[in-house]
Amino acid sequence: MLLKTESYTKPDDLGFYGEFGGAFIPELLRPNVEELDQVFMKCLSDEQFQKEYIQILKDYVGRPTPLYHSEKLSEKYGGTIYLKREDLNHTGAHKINNAIGQILLAKKMGRTKIIAETGAGQHGVATATTCALMNMECIVFMGEIDIARQTPNVKRMQFLGATVIPATSGSKTLKDATNEAIRFWINNPDSYYLIGSVVGPHPYPEMVAYFQSVISQEMREQLQQKTGSQLPTKVIACVGGGSNAAGAFYHYYREPEVKLIAVEASGLGLDSGKSAATSILGSPGVLHGSMTLLMQDESGQVTEPYSISAGLDYPGIGPLHAYSINEGRTQSVSVTDQQALAAAKALTRSDGIIPALESAHALAALEKITIESNDVIVVNLSGRGDKDMEHYL
Amino acid sequence: MTAGYPTIDSLDDQLCLLESKGIDFVEVGIPFSDPLADGPTIQEASKIGIENGMNLTLLFEQLKRRKSKIPIILMGYFNPVLNFGIDAFLNACGEIDITSVILPDLSIEIYNRNYRARFEAKGIFPSFLVTTSTSQERIKKAVDICTNSFIYLVSSNSTTGGENNFSADQCDRLREITTLCGDTPVFIGFGIKNNDDVQKVHSISDGAIIGSSYLKAIENREERHYLDELLGVK
Ligand SMILES: Cc1ncc(COP(=O)(O)O)c(C=O)c1O
Repeated sequence: MLLKTESYTKPDDLGFYGEFGGAFIPELLRPNVEELDQVFMKCLSDEQFQKEYIQILKDYVGRPTPLYHSEKLSEKYGGTIYLKREDLNHTGAHKINNAIGQILLAKKMGRTKIIAETGAGQHGVATATTCALMNMECIVFMGEIDIARQTPNVKRMQFLGATVIPATSGSKTLKDATNEAIRFWINNPDSYYLIGSVVGPHPYPEMVAYFQSVISQEMREQLQQKTGSQLPTKVIACVGGGSNAAGAFYHYYREPEVKLIAVEASGLGLDSGKSAATSILGSPGVLHGSMTLLMQDESGQVTEPYSISAGLDYPGIGPLHAYSINEGRTQSVSVTDQQALAAAKALTRSDGIIPALESAHALAALEKITIESNDVIVVNLSGRGDKDMEHYL
Repeated sequence: MTAGYPTIDSLDDQLCLLESKGIDFVEVGIPFSDPLADGPTIQEASKIGIENGMNLTLLFEQLKRRKSKIPIILMGYFNPVLNFGIDAFLNACGEIDITSVILPDLSIEIYNRNYRARFEAKGIFPSFLVTTSTSQERIKKAVDICTNSFIYLVSSNSTTGGENNFSADQCDRLREITTLCGDTPVFIGFGIKNNDDVQKVHSISDGAIIGSSYLKAIENREERHYLDELLGVK
């Protein structure tokens, strides 16, 4: 039992969570990935490293983020509903938790050129921000379509001093930005690839989940204070690659009474052919260095996902989520563009909080699950919606 | 070359041409939507191959019917193979006398643990990539798997189709690795463009693998001319 729950946060020695994960990479990347693995393993037990990381999260990012009790949502849906306010982090999303952790690793490895992929631009902004802070060069790959639909974030990255390179291949979204970042990494082995979600080859999924685990660590303490128990009955988070969800679920995997609900974007609907609901539409496959659930056609070509939300528009999910969903530990729910837009508007008007389109998917899940009056529910509000105003108005 | 490129049924003619020019074997690439280790030329060929409707089922059919007798090595990213089914893939290879495959994103460790027994039971042997940054220990592991196929020695740390000048230093390093591989054949690939490169590579190893440059020649419809130059036929 212990082993099984541990395996959600700790993959086996080749980086597998059950059948998912691993490092499916060309030999060209092997030295980079091996070095990263070694440095990460060392940092796990390096007190100095931990101290520095936690200090920056506190003084610079603004953690802990509040756990906000929304009376309006609680009234509307029943139960007691809390929002974990990751939108209040510096730069406006959870992505910075991971960017800080990895930039400290890069520093340890003596790297000064940082590359990143980005979908909604939140990870790109977080990376550009940490690069400015640490005085490092920053190159961000972003799909051409995402550049057009998330202009404010492109401008922020540029103002922060990052070079934004458009990915023009394939669907011109997150998947292709990731391909371009990996190719650049192959050609520039002296750079550090700061991946933005719990995807990619081992050790990235484990590492990003670890750096995001601060979310559920804080949730436990905050719930204890507010409710007298560290445990909610349900945790809800949206899943693009799955980093905010991994962080929100992390310290609850071994608490079987806490239901974990991963919300995917079904775009125009599950059967529309315009969707990004990977765990429902996907099958086991290998993309970007790991085995996971993957949206693909009958000959194993990766299909181009769609969601109104640039951060959820990805054909795979983190291998730990693929594993956890297959095992039945995590339940997946899907939410359409329209449902997310409605949820964003509702929260804005009821609580004066404008959520990111990605986070709005998590909020919309409240409409889709059964809620009892004794439920204590935490919705991870992964980011703020400033970047999405064009969609909202 | 990439299957399905430049047209859906150009494969056999291409194979016959290569055979007639005295090429020893052909690496046929299975197109994939997300070719991570490839530069623009192979990316584009893969994209066109997919758009033309190429997939593994069709490729095996075409290979079964082929007129050319030139030995073939299949190259493909792991996902289409996984999707086709590992056992189905191995059986299909066996039926058309393919014994060597290159699966660039399948690592030695994962192969050994999860797939090796099934491959070897069918007499199919992957050949693994080794680079100038690969440790001696890993080279030994690769050789252990590849004795019945060959080691694919990557000339430079880059995606395919990059620049390569085969400097004296680099050639020394490549020669060291070739020596480490003992009796296992070593073929060098990535960035090989012309007869000069081929001669250098032949002086170091057992063969040269040419990809992007040949695809470019196909794109420009000058593959005959290109092959003559490559092979030093005046
Ligand atoms: C606010 C916000 N939430 C969620 C996501 C999705 O990423 P992940 O699934 O890794 O949390 C993004 C990605 O850009 C985002 O910006």
